[in-house]
Formats: sequence, C-alpha cells, structure tokens
Amino acid sequence: MTTTNHPSGAAVPVATDLQDERLIRTEGFRGALKVGINRVRAGDLGVLPIVVGLLVIWTIFQLLNPFFLSSANLVNLLLESAAVGVIALGIVCVLLVGEIDLSVGSVSGLSAAIVGVTFVKQDWPVGLAILAAIATAVVIGLVYSFVYNKFGVPSFVITLAGLLGFLGLQLFVLGVEGTINLPFDSFLVWFGQQAFVPAWLSYVLAALGVGGFLLSQLALSRQRVKAGLSGRPMGLVLAQAALLAVIIFFAVWYLNRARGVGWMFVFFAALVLIMHYAFTRTKWGRSVYAVGGNREAARRAGIGVGGIYTSIFVLGSTFAAIGGILAAGRLAASAQSSGTGDVNLNAIAAAVIGGTSLFGGRGSAFSALLGILVIQSISSGLTLLNLESSFRYMITGLVLLLAVILDAVSRKSRTSHGRA
Amino acid sequence: MSTVPAERTDSAAPVLSMRGVSKHFGAVAALTDIDLDVYSGEVVALVGDNGAGKSTLVKILSGVHPQDAGTVTFDGKDVSIHSPVDALNLGIATVFQDLALCDNLTVVDNLFLGREIGALRLNEVEMEVQSWKLLRQLSAKIPSVRVAVASLSGGQRQTVAIARSLLGSPKLIILDEPTAALGVAQTAEVLNLVERLRENGLAVIMISHNMQDVKAVSDRVAVLRLGRNNGTFRMKEVTTDELIAAITGATDNVVTQRAAQSGSAARQAQAPGGAGAPASADAAEEGNGK
Repeated sequence: MTTTNHPSGAAVPVATDLQDERLIRTEGFRGALKVGINRVRAGDLGVLPIVVGLLVIWTIFQLLNPFFLSSANLVNLLLESAAVGVIALGIVCVLLVGEIDLSVGSVSGLSAAIVGVTFVKQDWPVGLAILAAIATAVVIGLVYSFVYNKFGVPSFVITLAGLLGFLGLQLFVLGVEGTINLPFDSFLVWFGQQAFVPAWLSYVLAALGVGGFLLSQLALSRQRVKAGLSGRPMGLVLAQAALLAVIIFFAVWYLNRARGVGWMFVFFAALVLIMHYAFTRTKWGRSVYAVGGNREAARRAGIGVGGIYTSIFVLGSTFAAIGGILAAGRLAASAQSSGTGDVNLNAIAAAVIGGTSLFGGRGSAFSALLGILVIQSISSGLTLLNLESSFRYMITGLVLLLAVILDAVSRKSRTSHGRA
Repeated sequence: MSTVPAERTDSAAPVLSMRGVSKHFGAVAALTDIDLDVYSGEVVALVGDNGAGKSTLVKILSGVHPQDAGTVTFDGKDVSIHSPVDALNLGIATVFQDLALCDNLTVVDNLFLGREIGALRLNEVEMEVQSWKLLRQLSAKIPSVRVAVASLSGGQRQTVAIARSLLGSPKLIILDEPTAALGVAQTAEVLNLVERLRENGLAVIMISHNMQDVKAVSDRVAVLRLGRNNGTFRMKEVTTDELIAAITGATDNVVTQRAAQSGSAARQAQAPGGAGAPASADAAEEGNGK
C-alpha cells in the first residue's frame, strides 16, 4: 500500500509516517477532533481540567459578585498572579525532573530582602541590587544541586532545610526594622504597580503572538510535507490560530477597557514562552523530560544527569528570586512576611493544578500560567466576598487536593491505556 | 592458565578483546579472570546461569561500572570505560534487559535521546525522517513514531531499543536478553534483526537464556559459570546438551576436559568426538603456543 485515493480523486503517495496499515486514518478536522476525544478518555487530559475549572470558578464568583469579571478586577488579577506565577514556573522546572523545591517562598523572601537592603539602605543602583539577589539565588540552587548530586539526599529534605535556613537569612538581612519600604518613584515599584502596555502596543503584541503561532505551524507543516511526512491538516491549524486570536484579542480588548495589560504580566508570559521553547525545542529540555521519566535510561543514553539536576535547581531558585523581586515591587516593600504564608504552597499548587505531574516527566511551562490563574481567581474572588484568609486557605487546599487526585487518577488511566 | 577462547580462523584482529577482567562487589567475586574476544561480523552468544556474571560483564563494557582488574582492548587500543558516554564514544552500544527507554517520551525522542539533531533548535522533522528510515531498514513494525513508548508492545519496545543503539553507528552491539518476555513472532523479529546487524558487519554480543535463540543466530558461544570462563564453543560444533552441561557444570568442568583433549589432540592430530569437541582444539593449541 503506497498510494491511496485522496478525496480529490488523484492518487498521492502516502506520507512516510502513515504507511502502516494498522494506523487508523484520521484525516482533516473531524479526525483531529476524534483523536482529541480519545486522548481525554485515555487519561491524557491536557489543559481540559484547567479550562473547565476556570470556567466553573469564574461562573460561581461572577454570580456571587458581579464585580468579579469586570475589567478592573481582571487587570488586578493578572498583575497579582505574575509574581507567584514566576515562582510556579520554577516549581514546574523542578517537578519535571521528579523533584520538589519547598524553599521557593523563603528564597523569594530572601531576594526581596536583599533588594530592599542593597537598593534602599546601601543606595546601590537598582540593577545591581536585582543582580545581587539573583546571584544569591543561583548560589542557593548550586548548593542544593551539590548536596543532591553529591550525597543523594532527597530534594524534599534539602529544600525543607532551605525553607527554614533562608527564612532565617531573610530575617537576618532585614535586620531589626523588619520592613523596608521601596521608594514609589523607583523602577521596581513602577514596574509592579504602574507599568501598563499602551493599548496599541498590546494589540501589536497580540497580533505578533497569534501570527507567530500560525506561521511557525504552517512552516512546520510545509517542512514535514517536503520531507515526505504528513502535514497537519490546514483546517485544524487555521481553527487553532483563530481560536487563539479570539481569546487573546478579546482578553486584550477587555483589559484595555480598564488600565490594560501590565508589563509585569507580559514579562511573566514572556518567561513562560521562553521556558516552553527550552522544554520542547532544545536538547536540554528533552533531557529534562527524560530524566523525569526514567533517570537510569537518561543516564545510559549518555545524558549528564547531574548537570540537568544542577540546571534545574538553579532555575528553580532563580525563578523564585525573580518572583520575590516582582512581589516586592508590587508591594512596594520588603518585609519579614515577604515570601512567607501561602506563597510556597500557592506556587506548588499552581504548577500541579496547571497539569504538571508530581511524578516527573510530564507537564509544560504553560501549567504555571494556567495554574496561577486558577489560584489567583479563587483568591481574588474570596477577597471580593470579604471572606477571611481562613477560607482562602481552606478552599485553595481543597483545589490543590482535587488537582493532585486528578493527576493520580489520570496517571492510572494513562498506564492502563498504555500512555504512561 | 586462563581459558583460551576459540579463535576464528581469519587473521583479522578482534574488535573487542578482554583479558583477565575481574570485578567484585564487596566480598562477592562477580567476575574472575574473564577473557573474551569478539570479531566484527559475528554474533557471540554469552550464556550462563543466573548469577554467572553475564550482566556484570555487560555493565563493564557499557560503562555502568568499571572493572577492578584486567584489560579491555577495543579496536586495537587499550581502553578504560568509566561512563556510558565513554562506551558510546568508543562505539559500544548496549541494549539493556530493562530496555532503558523513557516511557513518557515518543519513539523519535527515545531514538535520538542524548544525540538530538540541533541542540538549541531541535530538528524534529529530520529526526522523524531518519527514524522512519532506520526502522524501515530493520523492517521494524512500528505503526507511529509519534506515540509514547509506553503504548508499544514488548517486541516493539525491544526494536526501538535496538534501533536506538544503531544510531551512533557503533562497532559492537551488546544485547542483554533481547528475546526475554517476547512472543513467538516477536522473537523471530528480533532474531532477524540480529542477523541483519551481522550482515552489516557489526560485532554482536547477545546474552540469552534461550538455547534455541542462541543456536539460531550466534556464531560462537561463550559460557560463563560462577563468574569464570567455562569454555568457548563454535556454534556449528556443539550440541545443546554440551552447552547446558557447560552452563550448569553438570559434567566435569569443560575447561579441564578440553585441556585433556587438546593434550590428546596433539598426540592424535584430531580430537575425538568430531562435532562434539568443545572449542576447537587447534585454536587451543595455538593459544598454548603463545
């Protein structure tokens, strides 16, 4: 079987990857839809639970308080989500190799403290202060990976020690006062509170995003066809691009009715996109998934497993530090309470809710973005309802539990459907 | 005197030559004084009971852990293999018993794991094309290379694992129990694959418990028993019973038997028993003469 009758009637050679007669042919848009449904049934849920969850959460809160879905509130919601979202991005990195970093909250607090002290008290230039905080985080990541690689201590324990230790260091750095206010005219505070993308630029960015997606998909499809492989159905690509365009342009338009899209959120989204590229299109990213899926197999394939762990722990701490700095800018202060409380668990919960598996080797950079939207929606909704933080904790805990159960169940289902 | 392996008659130097290799784990001597030669274009079966040291030998060659004593010569050079990367760079590819595939990655991802094309911008299309080319070369029956390895059958997984070992264009391929846990058709598929590896001029070491498989594809058989050489046989000249005897030690030690026989061969010019003679007596003599 080398040729088949194409709908158009002309005989065309079958693409290299579709020649096996056992393959169930799925052609065009409808075929792709069918594949998607089967995937979900087999436990490969993708982003579906998050989208459904978000819709449910938004509906409930909108019914309870009509201000919830207003432009002004959503602008705030996105700004609020950027800081913890960046921290969650670090957690995604660590989870992908099947490890955990419990100290991201403390590290973010420490970096906020370092920026506060060096920038305000020592009068360092803001860039240098930020650099110092990030360098500290890199060193922390290196220490973690050294202990992990050298002694084989579980990351759970190492970072638990870090959680305590760096909280202590944060308090020490802050000194007796405990709180350092960042000046309102500083770049950090402006970036955290006042920096919004001009309306025209936000549309340009949205167009660039959608256009980039469409062009890269079309280029890939053309490249595949040229190499004798099956291309993606044009209808599907166009439909996806159209859906993406509708979502992004509507969101941008809606947000622009209030203050618009915050630069901080754009920064977060850019980090997500960069990490997505790194995870999916580089050798390093492939190695990360391999180490998370089967560490011994990765080692035997000649991957420097120790190096991968080092890069991951450093990234985890670095993103925590960046998140901490963003949070300090947003709050206009570095305090003893920076990075404490629910920051840690919100970041981990966001990553898991977003669909990154706790068992390693499965997940994507976008889970940080989607997960933090869920967490922040709950937090914002409950704040609007004037509920105390006690409820916020309980409900966030419940959502986290649901997400983990979903993760475990879909993993089981994947195993039984041979998708592990 | 250590055992002398059956030499091939042609004059080419072996691709792999191990001399006096030993390895112990704590108080347990897993391998003692092992000698092994493998030539290109031949399949050497490595047989032995559980705990005979087969897997340890493979792990030494693949760089999982280095030997404690002895030398390994590969391609005419003394080498020390300290890591899997060393082994791969030398041209020793190993297909492990537990396959060492990443279940969460696709067939293409697994095939190119550790040697992806385009480090900073993966060339997925090129990798997929090459994957198909490779799998077709091996007449492998994989319906799609874009599915996670977890969804493949045992034979398909084995095929992927073997195909992967070929990508680095190795000189020596080590197959650790390639047919264990496979069905009839899948076993035949894998054995065909081994034949094809030999036709391509590769040296193949195949570990197996299955005498039928060993007889089906191998040119020579090296027997390990309790971590020591227990004879090397030409496939054409040995019966299954003799092999099993050498593996289990059911009869007298084959090494002593052969020593006696090579002594008598010197006198009688021909070893008695014809096809049943362990190793080849002339080769043994040649070795003694060195």
